[in-house]
Amino acid sequence: MDGYSLSDLFSIVVMQGFSGLSLFSVLLLMALGLAIIFGQMGVINMAHGEFMTIGAYTIYLTSKFTESYLPSFMPYYFIAAILASFVIAFGAGYLLEFLLIRHLYKRPLDTLLATWGLSLILQQVFRSAFGAREVSATLPDWLMGSWKPTPSIDIPLNGLFVMAMSILVTGLVGLFLFKSKWGLKVRATTQNRIMAGAVGINTKMVDRVTFAIGCGIAGVAGACFTTIASTGPTSGSLYIVDTFLVVVFGGTASLFGTIASAFSIAQAQSILTFFLTNAMGKVVTLLTIIAILMMRPEGLLRSKVRR
Amino acid sequence: MEHAMFSVASLDSGYGQSKVINGISLDVGQKEIVAVMGRNGMGKTTFFKTLMGIIPTMSGDVKVDGQSLNGMESFNRVRNGIAYVPQGRMIFSNMTVLENIQTGLPSSVRNNKVPDDIYALFPVLYDMRARKGGNLSGGQQQQLAIARALVTNPKVLLLDEPTEGIQPSIIKDIAKTLKEIRKSKGLTIIVSEQVLSFTLEIADRFCVIEKGRFVYQDISANVDESIISKYLSV
Repeated sequence: MDGYSLSDLFSIVVMQGFSGLSLFSVLLLMALGLAIIFGQMGVINMAHGEFMTIGAYTIYLTSKFTESYLPSFMPYYFIAAILASFVIAFGAGYLLEFLLIRHLYKRPLDTLLATWGLSLILQQVFRSAFGAREVSATLPDWLMGSWKPTPSIDIPLNGLFVMAMSILVTGLVGLFLFKSKWGLKVRATTQNRIMAGAVGINTKMVDRVTFAIGCGIAGVAGACFTTIASTGPTSGSLYIVDTFLVVVFGGTASLFGTIASAFSIAQAQSILTFFLTNAMGKVVTLLTIIAILMMRPEGLLRSKVRR
Repeated sequence: MEHAMFSVASLDSGYGQSKVINGISLDVGQKEIVAVMGRNGMGKTTFFKTLMGIIPTMSGDVKVDGQSLNGMESFNRVRNGIAYVPQGRMIFSNMTVLENIQTGLPSSVRNNKVPDDIYALFPVLYDMRARKGGNLSGGQQQQLAIARALVTNPKVLLLDEPTEGIQPSIIKDIAKTLKEIRKSKGLTIIVSEQVLSFTLEIADRFCVIEKGRFVYQDISANVDESIISKYLSV
């Protein structure tokens, strides 16, 4: 670390820390969906990354559409596009659960294979439809530029936006899970499926909606992703491994565990990659996670209650 | 009785290829309390799980108030008026007492408000409503499980070994409560037990189950304690 003055180092840590926060935001959104699906149904959705890609391409298409037909709507289209990416990913997830996943609940290994196959199929569909080259949505002007609190610190606005989105969505998911009637059913089904059925909850319907919501959140993650990177057919699959890490590390039954774990993994990677190489950063993060999981197999947080 | 509130007709069920319940038939009138007695492994829990649709029915029929439950999933059976308090209580341990009760409320109930008469029956649940269900004592959990079943507005209540692992003073309370709700809600109750003293206090009729068959049935006025004890002893 020679050659950096103390104030340089401070700026680097702040900026890398911030880019870690953007990564954290996308990871968190991805992991939220994956965690509620895995927590409730025990299904590991290997195609979760492709739902993120669906969200990203939705943004791209809406931006193209708005540019050609409604140029005056350009500054505002992004908000509508985020809603659209949720709705489309939600719909696709609902359909997938209905057509495929619900037949495989009793065969967890088969779901793994089936969803992995699906992810490959979807990637090829994206490639055929949008081409192998990465595309970028035209972002509204208010997402461009940066905020400079000091001359050496430069914080991009799109990163701030992504963070705000992920805080908003996490808050909404929390409200949904802990304050709504439907959330009560979701939590009951997650804890004891048979008993939930025996108190009158239609657990199959709860499963379908939970799966669709998880996919919808991945769609929003994809929408956020377009503001910090360009979209290709395999964009989602690049995130899926990190997302699994976040879910396993956080402990599957805990919303706060997921948040804490997404935060620490994203920060570790972002700051370590700057001082070490990209690969070494990942290696160090992975080794640390493995060590911690050996000591706490249930993940970071677990609930304190008699079983 | 002109028409049975709850009727089971030659019910067969079991796990995979092995049949556990062999042609059980039972008719229960409104406000009647029937005790199903039997030792461990005789099929009490399997019988109840079959009635709830947790274990698939091989053949036979189950009717609540004339409506057949054949082929229905658990949640639909609950909507048709059957409620279940399982062995071991099966409280949602990570959820609060209030939330546990709310899981049983039909979706038509506004704001998920728990009816006052539930708290009148079980005042302790009101005091503990913000606690996690898993942190309650066995007796409190049993009351919670009964409350959760009652808010579904059942016509028939099934209780699987409600006294298991519960202290004697609470068992007396539960017996009292069951008789009270039978009177106030006109409920039909079927309870499985190994403990004779509890069922002698509440049941109108006794059935003894052995190897998945009813081997003895009589109303409590005629019941000879020694006969049932003989079936229950190992």
